[in-house]
Amino acid sequence: MLEELTAVFPILSCILFLPVVGAIVLWFVDDEDTVRSSTLTIALVELALSVFVLLRFVPESAAMQFAERVQWIPALGISYHLAVDGISVLFVGLTAFLTVLVVVYSWDTIRHQVKLYMMCLLALETTTMGVFLSLDLILFFVFWELMLIPSYFMIKLWGGGAERHYAALKFVIYTLLGSVFMLVGIALLDINYHQWASLHHSDHAYSFDLLELLTVPIPIGQQILIFWLMFLGFAFKAPVFPFHTWLPDALLEGPIGMAVVLAGLKLGTFGFIRFSIPLLPDASKSDTVVMVVVVLGLCAILYGAWMALVQSDFRRLLAYSSVSHLGFVVVGLFALNYQGLQGSLLTMINLGFSTAGLFFIAGFLYSRQQTTQLAAFGGMARQVPLLATFFLIIGLASIGLPGTNGFVGEFLILLGAFEAKWWVGSVAVLGVIFGAAYFLWYYERSMLGPLGSAVKSTMSDLQLREMVIAVSLSIMILWIGLYPSPFLRIMNGSVQALVDRLHQEKTAALDNSVTEGR
Amino acid sequence: MSDTIDLLIKLIPLFPLMAVVANGVFGHRYSHELAHRLAWGSVGLSFLCTLVVFADVLRTGASHEVVVYRWIFGGELTINFAYLVDSLTCAWLLVVTGVGFLIHVYSVGYMHGEEGFTRFFTYMNLFMVSMLLLVMGNNYLVLFIGWEGVGLCSYLLIGYYYDKVSAAKAASKAFVVNRIGDAGFLLAIFLVFVNFRTLDYTKVFAQVGQLSPEMATAIALCLLVGAVGKSAQLPLHTWLPDAMEGPTPVSALIHAATMVTAGVYMIVRNHVIFDLSPFAMAVVAVVGGGTALFAATIGLVQTDIKRVLAYSTVSQLGYMFLGCGIGAYTASVFHVMTHAFFKALLFLSAGSVIHALSGEQDIQKMGGLSKRIPWTHRLFLIGTIAIAGLPPLAGFWSKDEIMAHAFNTHHYLLYSLAAAGALMTSFYMFRLTYLTFYGSSRMDHHTEEHVHESPMVMIAPLMVLAFLSGVGGLVLGFPPEQGWLHGFLAPVVGTGVEHEATGGMTILLMGVAIVIALMGWGLAHFLYAVSPVTADGWVEKFSGLYRLLLNKYYIDEVYDLLVVEPLKRLGMILDWFDRTIIDGVVRGVGHLADWGASGSTWVEKYIVYAGLNVIGYGNHLAAREGRKMQSGMVHHYAAIIVAGLFLLALVVQLVVQM
Repeated sequence: MLEELTAVFPILSCILFLPVVGAIVLWFVDDEDTVRSSTLTIALVELALSVFVLLRFVPESAAMQFAERVQWIPALGISYHLAVDGISVLFVGLTAFLTVLVVVYSWDTIRHQVKLYMMCLLALETTTMGVFLSLDLILFFVFWELMLIPSYFMIKLWGGGAERHYAALKFVIYTLLGSVFMLVGIALLDINYHQWASLHHSDHAYSFDLLELLTVPIPIGQQILIFWLMFLGFAFKAPVFPFHTWLPDALLEGPIGMAVVLAGLKLGTFGFIRFSIPLLPDASKSDTVVMVVVVLGLCAILYGAWMALVQSDFRRLLAYSSVSHLGFVVVGLFALNYQGLQGSLLTMINLGFSTAGLFFIAGFLYSRQQTTQLAAFGGMARQVPLLATFFLIIGLASIGLPGTNGFVGEFLILLGAFEAKWWVGSVAVLGVIFGAAYFLWYYERSMLGPLGSAVKSTMSDLQLREMVIAVSLSIMILWIGLYPSPFLRIMNGSVQALVDRLHQEKTAALDNSVTEGR
Repeated sequence: MSDTIDLLIKLIPLFPLMAVVANGVFGHRYSHELAHRLAWGSVGLSFLCTLVVFADVLRTGASHEVVVYRWIFGGELTINFAYLVDSLTCAWLLVVTGVGFLIHVYSVGYMHGEEGFTRFFTYMNLFMVSMLLLVMGNNYLVLFIGWEGVGLCSYLLIGYYYDKVSAAKAASKAFVVNRIGDAGFLLAIFLVFVNFRTLDYTKVFAQVGQLSPEMATAIALCLLVGAVGKSAQLPLHTWLPDAMEGPTPVSALIHAATMVTAGVYMIVRNHVIFDLSPFAMAVVAVVGGGTALFAATIGLVQTDIKRVLAYSTVSQLGYMFLGCGIGAYTASVFHVMTHAFFKALLFLSAGSVIHALSGEQDIQKMGGLSKRIPWTHRLFLIGTIAIAGLPPLAGFWSKDEIMAHAFNTHHYLLYSLAAAGALMTSFYMFRLTYLTFYGSSRMDHHTEEHVHESPMVMIAPLMVLAFLSGVGGLVLGFPPEQGWLHGFLAPVVGTGVEHEATGGMTILLMGVAIVIALMGWGLAHFLYAVSPVTADGWVEKFSGLYRLLLNKYYIDEVYDLLVVEPLKRLGMILDWFDRTIIDGVVRGVGHLADWGASGSTWVEKYIVYAGLNVIGYGNHLAAREGRKMQSGMVHHYAAIIVAGLFLLALVVQLVVQM
């Protein structure tokens, strides 16, 4: 069982509930400007707390840190169990960071029902934090589902597209459908624990606790069944090709703020590395699973990039480029070696800066032209040079230019994939070429060349708030690209533990079968 | 002493980087004066540091390895951000910072009054940083930062006049074609790591003996793909001529003197791997020889002054690859250096011509400029003689060394490719000179009135380059195969392949080379000075061939037809597939669910809600405020989910008890 460092002060609970408590307080505020500034304050405090956790986090350690555990439904072995380790702690920081930026972005772009919007946003932050912080699978599941409520309303009420109602419903149904499978998987894990515990006279009859579930062996047949059930849950959410069609709709129809969160926080693939791979190592290693998942990943890389090449709407392009990037993440995860896992984890974080950053850029474009269709752009670099510059910086990060964060993650993924199976790495490398093609082609047609006829001559360059967003994202992009050391050190311990588990488990499982054979 | 050298090594790329940050972030706040001073000043400082480091390497013969910090690490992988400076790196450092400095100074005059002056210098300095990292890295990944970094700067500078459609297109094309090569390079890096568990040159080369010949071939060929992309060799050469859309100093610095030679650097750096694979070496030689001749044939008929020079660059790079392929690494590096001198000279003088003619680049609209811009004329002529291969100028010595090596190692086919290329080179360069500077003027009246010699800030760097083009060959590489450069590079590339060339043979080959160059000159003189009618007659006579060459063998069109268009079409089909089939399935499932839903709606309406309403009535009253804002349903959803969870818990509990 992994080591746990218990928190002296329940800081994770503070992080978890501060936004939702803030949202409730907002209910009583009437003035719109006060709503904005108090939301920003809450988000900043939340960010400060997260940064504090990151600073106090012991790097190069596999331990679960800042752990809090309270019994919730003891009869069922459900507990309120929060902790962070090298896998999840960066997501906490990222969530807090992006929420601040979304609040800044929404400051003057959301004009109606400001209070409700901000409440939804804060509720969304709490539920997202819950997903990253929970170590109890039921608790995790609750947050996973609750997340849909604010998301649904954000898309439906503040979306700009005509199809937003359809998109919101599609998003919810898709995710719900996936989570039904996941819930069955969770139940099976619990039942397996129960059987094992009964056999070994353990006092905990039931448990949904990740750390406890990790201690019991699971027969390989069970593992594979559970793996596929959970896979569906995570794959629908991620989304992994071919379950991705909700994404372009949701990103296009929903508000920019929602798109940033949906595209920036890779919850689905987080599920793989948090639960599927550690809990079901033998299934994750089995040939069929690896083959199917990796081939889906490769399809996603190429298919997504190809689709992105022909999109004329920038937000649809970004949706497909997300599909492509998630393909990279999946391929890296199921390389099941150090570089692959580390690279995937880093890439998930990176996408929170680059893909989310490009959605902010899409937002800046939308604020100016009321659309993200290519027809409305052309030669804008002359009129909005700053926007064009940051567009390029963030875009280059998303296609993995060395010196930006994207490269470090992508390189590690490709290296890991190549080490695991050379042909997987070789096919995935093609994504690097396509990435350059779709991004630069779009950039060329929207920003370069002669001024487009639909471009307004009164267009202004980036405003102060927009600069804050663009500059802070660029700083993160260059920081991780040039000096990723602090981030890698945070991850290393947990990644090493995961790799060890994947490689030990073979012998452990063998022992287990020997005991059963006797 | 060693510490000082290490510090200086760290400073070399740091100076231009500081200028990038200063000009990039604050450049709009201060004058162009300060911006360009920072730009060329920083490169000048780098050059001075390079000189000191070079002197040290020359004196001690030792190489320096400097770790700046740990960059990417985890598990058994550790990649440092670190530099390795040995004699090979020194050779490139001198060219990059030295020629780079001259071109920066020249640019001050050339770019004067251009819009985006500061932006230009920011990109140029960023290019210097990338190029320096490329040649200074002590492992493959730092090389790769530089490798893609120079690609980015090339993109930015080709697209400098970004509102020109052709410039924007050329920029994207350059980046994407380069990325094809980069993908090959990445595969090579992975292969190296899988085989050696490290990416540091010294460690890799120390254990290179354990590599199987097949693996060596695989790595070498992947590296070659990268080199071919960056150095514009067949079949990835198409981006370089289009890259001439950038300002002329950019063409001189990036697309002639430095960046495009990165492929040669990479091959020479990895020569121990190439040496293990005769097959890969043969491929390198054939690619080089083929490109040398192929690009020269296109150069014969082009009418844009910069395009002729661009194809000549592609062709000269072919000679360097040819040299690498037959193991004449030192000769290749020698040619890189002399080529940097005379090609920078040619491009910059061409820039001076263009400057004088208010932007005209078509040589059909020039002529008779020798008296109007005498300095430019003299300098351009020196460059022409140097590249054509007439002694004692620089190009003769380096090109001849590669060709002689090919002949002496019995690569007669490659030798004849190179010789044919040399003939054409001499011809098209003198053709260019005649059409530009001699004969009668074909300029329009308006342009003619404004012809003026360039300012001193542009001419002075050219004089330095002309001097180097004049004596560079003798200083670096005389006598052939035993010159100073050979001794200097020997610790890195070895003494090269032994062959039994007699002194007589060497002199004979030199004689042949001189005759070839003179023949080219003679033919150009005949066609463009003595009897221009004949030239037109030949164009008539061989109009098919002429058009084939003028259109660059239609390679761009073929690539469009075979690669780009099918890719776009397939994308369109996939888009249809995504919307109709994949999403269609989803919607189909949705419709199925509709029927189920109408059933469950009934249940929900009359059973679940009925129950919930009892609980939720109080809640309803409280939420009246909320309902006004159309969100009255929120708590319904929450309530349903919470109720559902309790229901679930109950079911599990029951199951467990049973």
